[in-house]
Amino acid sequence: MTLYRNLTIGQKQIVWAWAFLAIPVLFYVVIRFYPTGTAIVISFQEWNLLGSRSWTGLDNYKKLWHDPVFWKVFRNTFAYLLLGTPVSLIVSFVIAYHLDKLRFMHGFLRMLYFLPFMTSAVAMAWVWRWFYQAVPIGLFNNILAGFGIAQIEFLNSTTHALPAVLAPAVWAGLGFQIIIFMAGIRAIPTSYYEAAKIDGVGWWMVLTQITIPLLRPTIVFIVVFSSIGFLRIFDHVFNMTTGNPGGPLNATKPLVLMIYDTAFTGFDMGYAAAQTVVLFTILLVVSLIQLRLLKSN
Amino acid sequence: MVVAENITASSRTLLDSEPAPKPRNMGQIIRWLVLFLGGILMVMPIAYMISTSLKWPHEVYNVNLIPEEPTLDNYAFVLEDGRFYLWFLNSGIIATITTISNLLFDSLVGYTLCKFRFPGRMIVFIAILSTLMIPTEMLVIPWYLMSQSFGWLDSYWGIMFPGLMTGFGTFLMKQFFESVPDDFIEAARIDGLNELQIWWTVAMPLVKPALAALAIFVFLGNWTAFLWPLIVTNSTEMYTIPVGLSGFGDEADVAWELIMTGAAISTIPTLVVFLIFQRFIIRGVVMAGLKG
Repeated sequence: MTLYRNLTIGQKQIVWAWAFLAIPVLFYVVIRFYPTGTAIVISFQEWNLLGSRSWTGLDNYKKLWHDPVFWKVFRNTFAYLLLGTPVSLIVSFVIAYHLDKLRFMHGFLRMLYFLPFMTSAVAMAWVWRWFYQAVPIGLFNNILAGFGIAQIEFLNSTTHALPAVLAPAVWAGLGFQIIIFMAGIRAIPTSYYEAAKIDGVGWWMVLTQITIPLLRPTIVFIVVFSSIGFLRIFDHVFNMTTGNPGGPLNATKPLVLMIYDTAFTGFDMGYAAAQTVVLFTILLVVSLIQLRLLKSN
Repeated sequence: MVVAENITASSRTLLDSEPAPKPRNMGQIIRWLVLFLGGILMVMPIAYMISTSLKWPHEVYNVNLIPEEPTLDNYAFVLEDGRFYLWFLNSGIIATITTISNLLFDSLVGYTLCKFRFPGRMIVFIAILSTLMIPTEMLVIPWYLMSQSFGWLDSYWGIMFPGLMTGFGTFLMKQFFESVPDDFIEAARIDGLNELQIWWTVAMPLVKPALAALAIFVFLGNWTAFLWPLIVTNSTEMYTIPVGLSGFGDEADVAWELIMTGAAISTIPTLVVFLIFQRFIIRGVVMAGLKG
């Protein structure tokens, strides 16, 4: 205690700071950084969880390169990204743009759009799975039948299954993106719009020359945030395709589901770890490219 | 006189012209109707989930939204064996403890990084920020091995240890502590409070809205978390709501009214909480989204 009293104010601050940080720093080292290293190390090993680990060099990565399932999964993962991100970005912007101009029951409408964000992915995956069933079970096909339209094979089709699985993921995320967009639109100073009004500029010009350019930071945030979400899609796919994981001919299988299957059904830990390293690299590269592209100018 | 006549004339034309619908109002009405229909469409999956959970089995395949004879039998059947109560309790306990841990540690670290000057500050900040780039999926295998060797598998601690602190929460809180004036902290120091007291009694009350936003995110995230709880739990008694529901869906096979009931049980609490604290939650989401 006397030792502490003899310290200067600056030194006391250092002592306090590290006292506050001791447990958290330990946590981040043990629960975040050490496991990251372990995952990379295991990716160069062969291990089935029971036997001993053995070094295999790049074998897991070579195996991945020659695995047709991996390339199918790779395409699927990017299909989720390339379909999901633009669709949810455009739909949420259009809704936010128009919702911002309404005052009558504004809060109620906003609530309707936001409600799906508060649901759990697992619960909603099962609800949508029921919607997609064939006549006479599924809601969508029953409605189609009511209009005399031919049935659609949703989850059992190799072509329709992926968008069908993606739809509830987009649906659940829309509310969040709409709220963020509306906050972004509100933050644009009204003086810009007043100036445009005085100059008699049309709404399309206002939208493309004022609103969208000034929303750039919001758009960057939403694109990066939703891209990461779609690249990591798992809950919806897992729950909509239990019994046939990954859908017909792996039509819906994303990378995270492949990782889960390899690690916790096949217990091929080395191979699964190599897949997680690939996922990490994809996430890093995609985020960096997007930040670069969208932040330039 | 002439002036008065002119005024009445112009006011009459004003009054007469008012009831005529302006094209802009017509546009607003159409805009409102389209957005209203879109909003109704958005909540349809939730509405059908709840409506089907109240239907008798023979009525499940009808597309009508309002059940002909509503029944709570499905709820009685699903809750009968007590598993859902247990999963509900598990999820509640785990989400609550994780939320409290995040509120304490994320704000303490955020505060320290924001208000203290000490060697290593930048390194710690960058290190914690960089954990945002590490996906959970990369860590689940090492976490599983760790849990296996320490005997954490199939326990509350095993389910929640990875989420006790988050880089996102720390970064969010650091941003909000920037708005706490240094003068307040200096004044408290002169009053003889120690640093822990200053953090707790001076700084924390000033960032209450941010703490609320963080609490909402962490709780919702843990209530709906699926991948890690699925991996780390083995026994039915340790399942969380999403993991239990996923297994229940397979088990119930084609009894969709029961699956919808299970889904409704897991979703209704968060929906009710949202409906009560709506304004508050939306403000929190915006704050976390824009600052985080």
